[in-house]
Amino acid sequence: MSFIWHPTLTHYLVLGAILFAISVIGIFLNRRNVILMLMAIELMLLAVNLNFIAFSHYLNDPAGQVFVFFILTVAAAESAIGLAILVLLFRTVRSIDVEDLSTLKH
Amino acid sequence: MNIEPAVFYVFAAVLVFAALRVISSSNPVHSALWLVLSFFSAAGIWLLLQAEFLAIALVLVYVGAVMVLFLFVVMMLDVNFAKMREQFKSYIPVGATVGILILIEMALVLVGGYFAPPTGAVPAAAAAGYSNTRALGLLLYTDYAYPFEIAAVILLVAIIAAIALTHRAPRTSKRQDPGRQVRVRRSDRLRVLDMPAEKNEH
Repeated sequence: MSFIWHPTLTHYLVLGAILFAISVIGIFLNRRNVILMLMAIELMLLAVNLNFIAFSHYLNDPAGQVFVFFILTVAAAESAIGLAILVLLFRTVRSIDVEDLSTLKH
Repeated sequence: MNIEPAVFYVFAAVLVFAALRVISSSNPVHSALWLVLSFFSAAGIWLLLQAEFLAIALVLVYVGAVMVLFLFVVMMLDVNFAKMREQFKSYIPVGATVGILILIEMALVLVGGYFAPPTGAVPAAAAAGYSNTRALGLLLYTDYAYPFEIAAVILLVAIIAAIALTHRAPRTSKRQDPGRQVRVRRSDRLRVLDMPAEKNEH
């Protein structure tokens, strides 16, 4: 019993999978709100990073942590630019509803 | 008595609960705060995996900078979030279907044992004096020096893009407009006058 109870690599991978599935559901549930979609993407990246670090720990290879470092960098840049575009969108159409994005065509 | 399982399950439970609240909260400010909690518990799990540097970086960079940015933007925008959630319930069936499908696919991969570590792949006990930050730095500045520089350029691009997109100060400074400079014609600048030459009196 203690074999199942003690966390192994599989436990961490399952946790990452649950987190990823939650954030995919989140994108579908909040598909009209751009801010919440960005937050769900952040959660997804967190799940991916968790997998990287778990593999890095169990395979004794610090290269996995270097990749997490780069993912964190790119994710920070992505959210900064995403939020800047969001602010710009709000100034233009006074809304952040995805449904209103099509008015940018006119 | 090993407390590692207890720590793992507590942090995992908090992480999953906070993630669920992020996607189901009616107020985006609450969502952002729940996201902060999920980042904190993820940092706890990373500490358990002996990734100390990244756990601290996650808290400092994500909670300290990115989530504050999120909160600023959420509070700055005057949006009727309740109106956007009117159809929230109607999206639940398709969202749950896709989520469960993804979970089943990942479970098939995990249960199939494809990603199971080779037998005997247990984490080596950290040697005395081992520093996670030092190991990461040694790798980062040797094998991954070029990717590291590219990451720095990406951050620079992000800074410039964010400022260029949102900056809107009044344009009071005298500045050049290259487009007008290129479009200018000779007739705009130079006028040739036809004058009779004056007679020289001497």
